[in-house]
Amino acid sequence: MTPAPAPALGGERVRITDSTLRDGSHAMAHRFTEEQVRGVVHALDGSGVEVIEVTHGDGLGGSSFNYGFSLEDELKLIAAAVDEAEHAEIAVLLLPGLGTVQDLARAHGAGASVARIATHCTEADVSLQHFAAARDLGMETVGFLMLSHRIGPAELARQARIMVDGGAQCVYVVDSAGALLLGDAQARVGALVAEIGADAQVGFHGHQNLSLGVANSVLAAQNGARQIDGALCALGAGAGNAPTEVVAATFERLGITTGVDVQGVLAAAQDVVRPFVPRLPSMDRGAITQGYAGVYSSFLLHAERAALRYGVAAHDILQRVGEAGYVGGQEDMIIDVALQLVRERDRAEAVRRR
Amino acid sequence: MSGRLSAAIVGPGNIGTDLLIKLLRSETIEVHSMVGVDPASEGLARARELGVRTSADGVGWLLSRDDLPDLVFEATSARAHLANAPRYEAAGVQALDLTPAAIGPFVCPPVNLDTLADVPNLNLITCGGQATIPIVHAVSSVVPVRYAEIVASIASRSAGPGTRANIDEFTQTTARAIERVGGAGRGKAIIILNPVDPPMIMRDTVYCAIPADADTAAITASVHAMAAAVAAYVPGYALRAEPQFDEPREDWGGSARVAVFLEVRGNGDHLPPWAGNLDIMTAAAARVGEQLALRKVTS
Repeated sequence: MTPAPAPALGGERVRITDSTLRDGSHAMAHRFTEEQVRGVVHALDGSGVEVIEVTHGDGLGGSSFNYGFSLEDELKLIAAAVDEAEHAEIAVLLLPGLGTVQDLARAHGAGASVARIATHCTEADVSLQHFAAARDLGMETVGFLMLSHRIGPAELARQARIMVDGGAQCVYVVDSAGALLLGDAQARVGALVAEIGADAQVGFHGHQNLSLGVANSVLAAQNGARQIDGALCALGAGAGNAPTEVVAATFERLGITTGVDVQGVLAAAQDVVRPFVPRLPSMDRGAITQGYAGVYSSFLLHAERAALRYGVAAHDILQRVGEAGYVGGQEDMIIDVALQLVRERDRAEAVRRR
Repeated sequence: MSGRLSAAIVGPGNIGTDLLIKLLRSETIEVHSMVGVDPASEGLARARELGVRTSADGVGWLLSRDDLPDLVFEATSARAHLANAPRYEAAGVQALDLTPAAIGPFVCPPVNLDTLADVPNLNLITCGGQATIPIVHAVSSVVPVRYAEIVASIASRSAGPGTRANIDEFTQTTARAIERVGGAGRGKAIIILNPVDPPMIMRDTVYCAIPADADTAAITASVHAMAAAVAAYVPGYALRAEPQFDEPREDWGGSARVAVFLEVRGNGDHLPPWAGNLDIMTAAAARVGEQLALRKVTS
C-alpha cells in the first residue's frame, strides 16, 4: 500500500495540535461541558491553532466504568467544536481495543476530519483496520505510539513504519509517562524521521511529569518533528502536557514558525481555561513518580481515587503499576494493585500483633 | 453408539492442537480426526505423533468419510467457517465454532448450554467473553444489570494475526454476548494487549451497574458459585479478590457497582500457561463437546 503524501506544511513550519479538550479530559475527570468546549475552541481557533483534538481522554468510546463516564456525549462535544471552529480542523483520538471503526465513522459524521489512532508502542499492527477506515472516510491520519520510552529508537521506528504502511500520514513519539529524558526524545524522533521521513511526518507529544515536556518538544522540532502537541495550562494527564502557550512562545523565540499567535494562546490559557479548571495538574509526588517509574500519565487520578478508597498511598500504587509493566488502558489493574497493597499491609499488621 | 461422541477438529493451528490434547484426555469424546489443508503442517504432524488420524485434504476429505463424526470443532478462521458451516449442516454434523464467524448462537457452557444442545451450529464467542460472561450472568441472575463492562488484558504474544487485523470484532462480539448471554441491558468490552516480558497471565475485570439497594451478600455468593463452575473445566480460573462493591454515584446514573477481578492461567497443554485466553477457548469448546456427549448418553 502506498501512503499518500504527508500534508504539505512547507519548510521549517511546525504545526501545533492542541489537546486541551482531549488529554485535558483526564484532568477534568471527563466532565467537560459544551460551553467550555466552545469557549476553548473559539479561543484556539482565533489564535491560529490549526488542529484541535476533542474526545474523551481515552479516545472515542472511552466513557466507561474503567476510565470514567463523560458528562456530555463526546459526539455532541465534537459537533459543537466543529460548529465553533472557523479555520481549525477537529481531531479525534481512537485506541483500538476500546474505540471501533463505527465510533470513528460517527465522529467523522459529526465533522471531525483528523483521525489520531493510538496503540501501545509495540502494538502498531492493531491500528491497520482503523487507518484504512479513516482513509476511506477521507480523514487526515496520525499514528500515536504510546509509552514510547518503553522501547528503543530503532524498534520504535519499525513500529512507525507499520503505521505509515497502513495509511498514517504522521506518526508521533508519545511520551505518555513523561519519562523521556531529552536525548531519549531526540533519538526517537530522529530514528522516526530517518525511517518514515520520506513518506510521512513525525510528531511529538510531551508530558510534564519530569518537567521536560517543552524541552523535549524543542528537541523534537529541531530533529525534524513537524507536528507538536500541547494543552492550554498543561491541562492533561499526570503533571499535564507541554503547555500550548509555552510551546508557542518558546518556538517563536527560537524562530520556529507555528502560525500561532502567542498573545492569543496566552489569553486563552489565562482567561478561558484557568477559570473553569477545578484543579490544575501539578508536579506532585504521584505525577513525578509516573515520570520516574515510567507509568502511563492517565493512571494518576485513578490511583488517587483507589488510594482514597482503600487507604493506601497513590505513589505506592503507581510505583507498583510501573514495575508490573502495565500499559495504557489497564486502569482496572490500579484497583487490583491497591487490593494487593491492602493484603500486604494486613499481613504485616497481623505479624506485628503476633 | 459406544456412549461417546466422535469429534473431528478442523484447523491444526495452536488452538486446534491445544484442543486436541484436551479431547484426548476426555472420557466422553472420541477424537475422529485432525483436518488441515497443508501437508507440511506442524499441527498435523503433532496429531499423527499422538496417534490421531489426520488429513491435509480439508473438509472435503472429512465429509466424504463413511464414518462421519458427530461433532466438528472449527478452529480455522471466520472466512473458512462461513464456507464450511453449510456443508457440516448438510452432512448432519453438529459444528462448534471457535472462530469469530458467529453463524450460530453464542454458547457459554455454565450459562446457556442447556437451551442450545440441539442447535446445529454453536459459537464460542471470544476468549474475553468466555472469561467474563459467566460472571455477568452470576450478577444478573441476582439483580437487574442495566450495564456491564469487561476489560480483558492478554499477553501480546498470545494475540495472533487474525485478532490483530480485526480487533473491533473482539470488542463488538463480546459486547453483544454480554447482553444476549450475560443478561446485561447494555454491554461494553475492552481488550488490551500487553507486551511485558515474561508475558502476563490473562486478566479480566468485570464491572456491573447494580441497583443501590442490591443484596451484596447474594451477589458475592453467586459470583463465587459461578467461578467454581468455570474452574471445573478451566482449572486456572480464579478470583483475584472478593467482589468489590462501590456506593451509587451520580456519574454512574445513580447505580452502585460491583467489580470482579479474574485471572485465567492456562493449563499449559500445548500453549504456555500465560496464554489463558487461548486455554479458556479450547477448554470451553471441550466442555461443550463433553456436555453434549453426556446428554446423548443419558437421553
